[in-house]
Amino acid sequence: MSDNVKGLSVVLTNYEAEILSDWIKEQSAALRRAGGAMKDTELRDQCAEFLRLLRTAAQGGQVENLDGPKWNDVREMLGNISRSRGLQGFSPSETASFVFSMKRPLFVQIRREFGKDAEALADTTWLATELLDKLGLYTTEVHQKAREEVILRQQQEMLELSTPVVKIWDGILALPMIGTLDSTRTQVVMESLLQRIVDTGSGIAIIDITGVPTVDTLTAQHLLKTVTAARLMGAECIISGIRPQIAQTIVHLGVDLGDVTTKATLADALVVALERTGRAVKRVQTASKGA
Amino acid sequence: MERIPILRMGDYLIVTIQVDMHDRVVTTLQDDLTSMIAANGSHGVLIDISCLDIVDSFVGRMIGNIAAMSHVLDAETVVVGMRPAVAITLVELGLSLTGVRTALNVEKGMALLRAATRGRLLEDGDGRDQE
Amino acid sequence: MDVTKNDSMEIRLSDHVVLVRQAVRKWATDLGFSLVDQTKMITAASELARNTLDYGGGGTVRLELVKQGPRNGLRLTFEDQGPGIPDLEKALTDGYTTGRGMGMGLSGSKRLVNEFEIVSRVGEGTRVTITRWK
Repeated sequence: MSDNVKGLSVVLTNYEAEILSDWIKEQSAALRRAGGAMKDTELRDQCAEFLRLLRTAAQGGQVENLDGPKWNDVREMLGNISRSRGLQGFSPSETASFVFSMKRPLFVQIRREFGKDAEALADTTWLATELLDKLGLYTTEVHQKAREEVILRQQQEMLELSTPVVKIWDGILALPMIGTLDSTRTQVVMESLLQRIVDTGSGIAIIDITGVPTVDTLTAQHLLKTVTAARLMGAECIISGIRPQIAQTIVHLGVDLGDVTTKATLADALVVALERTGRAVKRVQTASKGA
Repeated sequence: MERIPILRMGDYLIVTIQVDMHDRVVTTLQDDLTSMIAANGSHGVLIDISCLDIVDSFVGRMIGNIAAMSHVLDAETVVVGMRPAVAITLVELGLSLTGVRTALNVEKGMALLRAATRGRLLEDGDGRDQE
Repeated sequence: MDVTKNDSMEIRLSDHVVLVRQAVRKWATDLGFSLVDQTKMITAASELARNTLDYGGGGTVRLELVKQGPRNGLRLTFEDQGPGIPDLEKALTDGYTTGRGMGMGLSGSKRLVNEFEIVSRVGEGTRVTITRWK
C-alpha cells in the first residue's frame, strides 16, 4: 500500500466521527435548498454506512481501481442510493452531491493530520479528490441508467395502452389516437384496428387523430396504408380530427390523401358513418323554448 | 388435376379458395369462371379468400383479371374475407386491386352483389315475363 | 452474422414455388415471427421464387437462420443461371414487367423485407438475397 493511501485510510479511521457530522451538515443544507424530502435519520444512516464502507475499502489499499472486488460494497451501496434518488426525482447533480459534499469535511481533516507536511498534504488531497470524483461520476452513471429504465418501461406501457379500438355503433368502430405517432406505434395500432374490423364485422372505422400533435411523412403513409388495407378487406375508414397544422403538414409533405374521407370532428364522422349504414340521427322532442 | 369448385346459386357464382394454389390451379380457375359466367348468364361472382394466408402478385393479378373479364361479360365481382395480414402485405407490395369490390364476409358480399345488380335482375325478370 | 441453421431447395417446376412457400412458412413460424411478418416474408419468397423460375429458367433457394447480436432473422438467397437482368434499376421500378406478374415482384419484395441485395450479370445469372429480422 502506498503511503498516500495509508494516509487517507488513517484520516478516514481517526476522524470518522468529525467527517460524518460535518458531511451530514453539508448535505442537509444542500437538500433543504433543493427542497428535498429526506428524513434526517435516514440521511445519517446512509452517510454513516457509506463512510464505514469507504474506510474499509481504503484500508484494503488500491484506490486507483474502483472496479476491483474490494470496492464491491461501496459500489453497490452507492448504486442503491443513486437509483433510489433517481426514482424519487432527484436531479443528477443532486444525486452526485451525496459524494461531492464529502470533499470539504474530508479535506479539513486531511489538513489537520498533515498540516505541517506540505508534500503529504498535497498528495493525500489529490488522491482523495480523484477517489471522490470517480465515485461521483459513478452515481451519475447509475442515476442515468435508472432513469432510462423508467423511460423504457413507460414506453412499453404506452404501447399497451394505446390501442383502444371501440365499437360506437353496430358496424362502426372508432380508434381515438392520442400522442405522438412513431412508426412502430402506428403499425401496432393499425394491425389491431384491422383485426378488430374482422372480429366485429364492422364495415366502417373512424380513425380520430384529434389527440395527435404532429404527423410526419412516415406516419401519414402508415395511415394511408391502413385505409387501403381496410378497403381491401371490405371496410371503409374515415379520418377525423385533423388539426389545421396537420392539414398543412400533409399538403407540404406532398402526401396524397386521395379519396380518403376526412371530417373535422368525430361527431361529423359519426354522422357520415351512420348515413352510410342507412341510419340517421333524429331529435325525438322539440327542445324547450329558450334552451 | 386439382380444381377449385365453383358453386352456382341463382344468378351468382360462388368460389371458396381453400388451398395453397399452384399457378396452374389459378389459371384453370380463371378459365372455368369465365366459361361458367357465359354459360349461365350469371350477374355476379363472389370469391371467398378467407382461407388464404398469402396473396402474392400472381394471385392478385388473377383476381384483377377475373374482375375485369367478368365485367366484360356483364357480371360484378366481389372478393370477401381477406385477412388483415394479407391486406397489409398486399398494400406494402404495391397492389391495391383497384376496380375490385371487397366485403368483410360472405354475407356482406352477397348483399353488395345484390345491391350492385338489382337493376339488371329486374330488367331480366321483365324480359322473361314477355317471353 | 452467424448462420445457425441452413437448407437448400430446388426451384425447377411451378410446384416447387408452393414448396418454397411452405418451407419459409415453417421456418418463420419456428423463429416466432409475428403473423404480419410471416405473411410478408412468405409473400416475398413467393415472388422471388416465381422470378427465379420464370425469368431465370429455374435455380435454387438457400434458407438460413441468421443471428446478429441479440437479433434473429431469416435469410433467403435465390440463385439462377439464367440470362441475367440488363437494367437493374429499371427492373426495380414499380410496374415494370416482362412476364405475367404485375411488375411488382422485385420492387414489391424489397418493401416486404428488412434487407435486400441483388447481383445480376447478363449471360451468367441473378442472385437475390433477402433478410427479415424478428
